[in-house]
Amino acid sequence: MRADLEIIQNWIQPDSHVLDLGCGDGTLMHALTQRHQVKGYGLEYDDLNIISCIEKDVNVIQVDLDQGLSDLFDDHSFDYVIMTQTLQAMQRPDRLLKEMLRVGREGIVTFPNFGHWKSRTQLSFGGFMPVTKALPNTWYNTPNIHLCTVRDFEQFCRDNNIRILQRMVVDTSHQSSFLIKMFPNLLGEIALYRISNG
Amino acid sequence: MPETLPENSVGLVTAQKQHFEEPLALTCGRTLENYDLVYETYGELNADQSNAILICHALSGDHHAAGYHSMDDRKPGWWESCIGPGKPFDTNHFFVVALNNLGGCSGSTGPNTLNPASGQLWGSDFPIVTVEDWIQSQARLADSLGIQQWAAVVGGSLGGMQVMQWSIDFPERIRHALVIASAPKLSAQNIAFNEVARQAILSDPEFFDGHFYQHDTVPHRGLKLARMLGHITYLSDEAMRGKFGRELREGKINFGFDVEFQIESYLRYQGQSFVNRFDANTYLLMTKTLDYYDPAAKFDNELARAFTHGDTEFLVCSFTSDWRFAPERSQEIVHALLDARRKVTYAEIEANQGHDAFLMPIPQYMNVLNAYMARVKKEIS
Repeated sequence: MRADLEIIQNWIQPDSHVLDLGCGDGTLMHALTQRHQVKGYGLEYDDLNIISCIEKDVNVIQVDLDQGLSDLFDDHSFDYVIMTQTLQAMQRPDRLLKEMLRVGREGIVTFPNFGHWKSRTQLSFGGFMPVTKALPNTWYNTPNIHLCTVRDFEQFCRDNNIRILQRMVVDTSHQSSFLIKMFPNLLGEIALYRISNG
Repeated sequence: MPETLPENSVGLVTAQKQHFEEPLALTCGRTLENYDLVYETYGELNADQSNAILICHALSGDHHAAGYHSMDDRKPGWWESCIGPGKPFDTNHFFVVALNNLGGCSGSTGPNTLNPASGQLWGSDFPIVTVEDWIQSQARLADSLGIQQWAAVVGGSLGGMQVMQWSIDFPERIRHALVIASAPKLSAQNIAFNEVARQAILSDPEFFDGHFYQHDTVPHRGLKLARMLGHITYLSDEAMRGKFGRELREGKINFGFDVEFQIESYLRYQGQSFVNRFDANTYLLMTKTLDYYDPAAKFDNELARAFTHGDTEFLVCSFTSDWRFAPERSQEIVHALLDARRKVTYAEIEANQGHDAFLMPIPQYMNVLNAYMARVKKEIS
């Protein structure tokens, strides 16, 4: 399993009610259901992923996240709303983050950190849009249209009265280190946050 | 007419009839003293009766869901695409039951059968039955077949409403509910279409207040118009454009009111062939059954409360170009199920065929049904 998903599993209380936005092939929801007695749903848009989720016995709802969640979910209907590596591909990440915290008691968000030194150097010295392990697509075909840095995200949280309950910044093998902890926005490739309304 | 029957068909099938002596109290306040239900079955019921699937038909459907009645049949049953060996409702593993609902016109007790009280055909004296009445009668059919609990109950459109009602009225008797291209209740627009269809029939001079049988005629103009209107709403604009466009039958316009465009020819043909196989009173009755359906009404209009009992798991499917039962309507069902914290999967299938899509073997749709039914299969074997 992707290591960020392993980390997230440990952040979730057993027996809780979980919504996974952009649940992909259902790997995380499947593991949470099997290992942590979690109940909940995955939201996904891709046809093939829908089939994979059904095969894994994951409750999957086929929707376009850019359409918002208001038609489907009432306020505070989940303990956790998770969004892994999806935020940066949304039309309006700001709206979706607010939706997450309307629907869930807590939100868990992971995204690729655009402030990582490789991105910075490729753009400053190479003069081209960065292509890295965490961001493997080229500018013209990338689904990642709203990239942000660790600093951007935390500024957004401050501006919108969102509380950061937990943060973990790691490299692409999802290891943290003393240096990453010292300079997360420069050395971290993937950022993981647990957030709630402030 | 098929020379040989396709290998993935259930093949030749024969309808059966079950008579019920126990009176059935109907929602409208009247009682059916006794009645018949006509049904077909495909596949074998297993020893512990755990592999049964009930198929609920839509407005113009009946018990002939799959296979052929004879080698002379031009067409197989109405859901041949989904029922048969190796198909989503796989008759190698499941015992599939399809019936003609009360008020229907294909052999079950309805307007075109004998009213024992009068010695005449029921006609418009037949009571208007509701989805709830149907579920009661279907439950008795299940009893008579020795089926305590359905592995799955499945239906599209009006059939989907029956599936929902099963999960509400008999949650302990249904493990999986497959609700396809349906809605939790009709919209005003939907009722409006039904009303135009009814007016077409009711205003036909040969309707004779629903007792046209005694006059040895049928309100063919009204029924044909009703079906033509229905057909327009079952197709999408895109599908109609793709299939017919503005194509002319004779290649030129004739400045008259005979058939000129291909779409006119198609609608007239569909309307006419419907008159030959369907009963006008049944059409009136079933459109009312549709209009009346509103399971949330008993729960202060909170649909989620209707779904709070039992452990039934749900698959809800909709089709992107279906404007008669649009995806938004299926999402209302999903929303209620989510509120009730039920196990539910929702697939919105990309399709340009409109409401009719639910009858077609669209690859993603078949994949969804196959994947879901594989889950159901695992539970029985």
